[in-house]
Amino acid sequence: MRRIGVFLLLAALAVLPARQLRAQAQPLVHFMNENTLAFVLFDLLETSPALDGRPLQWDMDAWVGKMYNRLWIRSEGELLTAQRGGEAEFQALYSRVVAPYWDLQVGARFEVAYGEQTRTRAHLALGLEGLAPYWFELEPILFVSQDGDVSASLVASHDLFVTQRLILQPRLEALVAVQEVPEWGVGRGLNRVDFGLRLRFELVREFAPYIGFNWSRLYGGAADLARAEGEATRTSGFVAGVRLWY
Amino acid sequence: MKRFTRRDFLQTLAVLGISTGIEALLPAYARPRPRVAAPRRSGRGPVTYDLTIAETPIRIGGRKAKATTINGTVPGPLLRFREGDEVIIRVTNRLKEDTSIHWHGLLVPFDMDGVPGVSFPGIKPGETFTYRFRLRQHGTYWYHSHSGLQEQTGIYGPLIIDPAEEPYPYDREYVIVLSDWTFENPHRVLARLRKYPGYYNFQRRTLANLFEEAREMGFWKALKDRLSWGRMRMGATDIVDITGATYTYLMNGHAPEDNWTALFRPGERVRLRFINAAAGSIFDVRIPGLPMTVIQADGQYVQAVTVDEFRIGIAETYDVIVEPKEEQAYTIFAESMDRSGYARATLAPREGMEGPIPPLRKRPLRTHADMGMVHEGHAGMSHEAMPTHHQEHRMPADTTGHHMHGGHDHHTGHAMMAGMMSGVGQPPGMPPEPQPHGDDTHGPGNAAVPMITRSRLHEPGVGLGEDGWRVLVYTDLKSLHPREDFRPPTREIELHLTGNMERFLWGIDGKTYSEAPEPIRLRYGERVRLVLVNDTMMEHPMHLHGMWMELENGHGRHIPRKHTILVKPAERLSVLITPDEPGPFVFHCHILYHMEMGMFRVFEVSEPETATRTSS
Repeated sequence: MRRIGVFLLLAALAVLPARQLRAQAQPLVHFMNENTLAFVLFDLLETSPALDGRPLQWDMDAWVGKMYNRLWIRSEGELLTAQRGGEAEFQALYSRVVAPYWDLQVGARFEVAYGEQTRTRAHLALGLEGLAPYWFELEPILFVSQDGDVSASLVASHDLFVTQRLILQPRLEALVAVQEVPEWGVGRGLNRVDFGLRLRFELVREFAPYIGFNWSRLYGGAADLARAEGEATRTSGFVAGVRLWY
Repeated sequence: MKRFTRRDFLQTLAVLGISTGIEALLPAYARPRPRVAAPRRSGRGPVTYDLTIAETPIRIGGRKAKATTINGTVPGPLLRFREGDEVIIRVTNRLKEDTSIHWHGLLVPFDMDGVPGVSFPGIKPGETFTYRFRLRQHGTYWYHSHSGLQEQTGIYGPLIIDPAEEPYPYDREYVIVLSDWTFENPHRVLARLRKYPGYYNFQRRTLANLFEEAREMGFWKALKDRLSWGRMRMGATDIVDITGATYTYLMNGHAPEDNWTALFRPGERVRLRFINAAAGSIFDVRIPGLPMTVIQADGQYVQAVTVDEFRIGIAETYDVIVEPKEEQAYTIFAESMDRSGYARATLAPREGMEGPIPPLRKRPLRTHADMGMVHEGHAGMSHEAMPTHHQEHRMPADTTGHHMHGGHDHHTGHAMMAGMMSGVGQPPGMPPEPQPHGDDTHGPGNAAVPMITRSRLHEPGVGLGEDGWRVLVYTDLKSLHPREDFRPPTREIELHLTGNMERFLWGIDGKTYSEAPEPIRLRYGERVRLVLVNDTMMEHPMHLHGMWMELENGHGRHIPRKHTILVKPAERLSVLITPDEPGPFVFHCHILYHMEMGMFRVFEVSEPETATRTSS
């Protein structure tokens, strides 16, 4: 006699002091918003045929969690075939919604530069991820390395809908540093600015091939360090890739 | 004057029949070629139905699909009763997961209400649950699963309770169940919305249609309007979450190309009972060339009002009478509110006829009125005897864009009266006065608050009212009979409907149900004014179980009773409630995906004070 059971339970609850009841109140129904969700986005997964020796670059964001608290994993990097090397970085961040459009993120970042000799370093990371007015996706983040070096990066992008499925994405990435770290090619002040313009076609929302153009420039100390290594301080070229998410 | 007699009733029921093939997968009343009359149950004993919920392959618009069905069909069978009947409905679960049936709009004891976790534990696989209650009302209703996303996959059906006396005679009747079908797994649909809320919007403003808009309103105005929306991080084309990009819109389970047909003889009075059983779609219904006389809303008779079109929110019902006089086919046309698709059926003197299908209208745009922005003629207006066919103002941004405030960004320049109440002293029946919203943003669960919230009961809603024909508005609804209990409220409860569209977060007062599980307590027999304030810029069909909501639309004792109210963006409206059934009853947004995201609360009605308690 389940009905009687439920009735007796409710009758019992009704006579409990209100305070006690409040302490015991918990959702009786399971809703989908309590389900854990996972998301992976390769915002960039591309090759630049014009710049030989750079077969693959990526920028990936992923998260797993519920509504307000999520674990974010970020990765970006490039493979270099010419010098048999590459660079990659990974971030693992705890992310919490702090305002309607903003998540506060805190965690760690690991950098790997591999080639003849592979180096790594780790940072603490503190940043924001969110949507600014006029639909600009912003990702400002501050790093403190294991050696106490302080740097910051900002990624900003915008989706401009040309048609319902053809989307132009301008994307800006900038790096600044407080200290010089020569072994990592880091100078003081503004180090690097990347600006890309990518035109994608959403075959489905999750899968969109694109073509684009990318400018990259090193500044100040970073440029000097690159020149000393015999590397270019300005690069630009066409890119082709695919944006995908699940 | 003709009365609806038992003979007419049998004639009506001649639409019930048996058929073959694909049609057998549709309930009898929804099959296109009805032949055989079904027997009418009789006698005074309890009316009994057996319903079996199972997974069944069906066809939608020629495509194979797997549905969860009631007795093998989508929609489920028509349940028909007479006022005062005692009802026994045995529901057997042949699914692999729990299920439930909720009797939408019926006043039943809480443990018969069918909400798993609140009313009862739910129906486990292989189990049969027996619902038993006495009908205290009459009218057109429906029933559906209250478990997970089952409603989207087919568990819904119509329910009619014939009144002891029929105030509006008619010769023939049809039930028209509107719904939406997706061939995707609805869990996937929800996951996609949570990851990318604009996933299904293929009608957004683009660079390409900027030039069209520029031709209409001038380039700078068009651009400024867009910038103003961009500044707010809101989309003027956010009309519904899920669109024709995935939905096939159905009438009685039939896709538009199936051309479900209802027959009439010229000169007859045909009653159409519209039920919006969709999971995520609001429809605008019209029958081009045929005015419709609305006689019932949410199962409650209203004073007849003749219109050319009405908007039916999810879970609402409207009964209309039409009188086709010509030997011609009419199209029953239900456009999705965002104009991304339609459901249609045909009303014709013979099978096989088709009326012209009107083109879909241009997709509407949200206006600054939907954001609760102050603009001329609206702030501080009064609400008595509103013109019923008020046009929505297309507000260019130039004068008003800077008034809006989004989220925490800024709160400037207007008097804040957070949590202010309009006072229980206001006489019952009147719509609330416009009010500044106040500073409260309800946390990150709410993206933006409107500056001014006000009654919009006299407005037809976004995308309606500009076609030069009569559109039903909520202030048109006047109860046929005066309310007997018209006590003023002694208490007022204000609830804000909140959301953050960018994150697909939905809640009440900024919180999901799991964040705010404490029930809202009501005293048995008390009189409460429930004030609903929509802080979002989407419509929310709010449904209260277990008791009526008397919509305060300015008609005194003739205010209408509803079980579901479509609350417009930036709207402040109020309803009077008298809890007369003890136990927990739920209150939620009937957009299935909003409810599942937590736009849901429990109202706990106390035991009557005179009752003696046995436990202590």
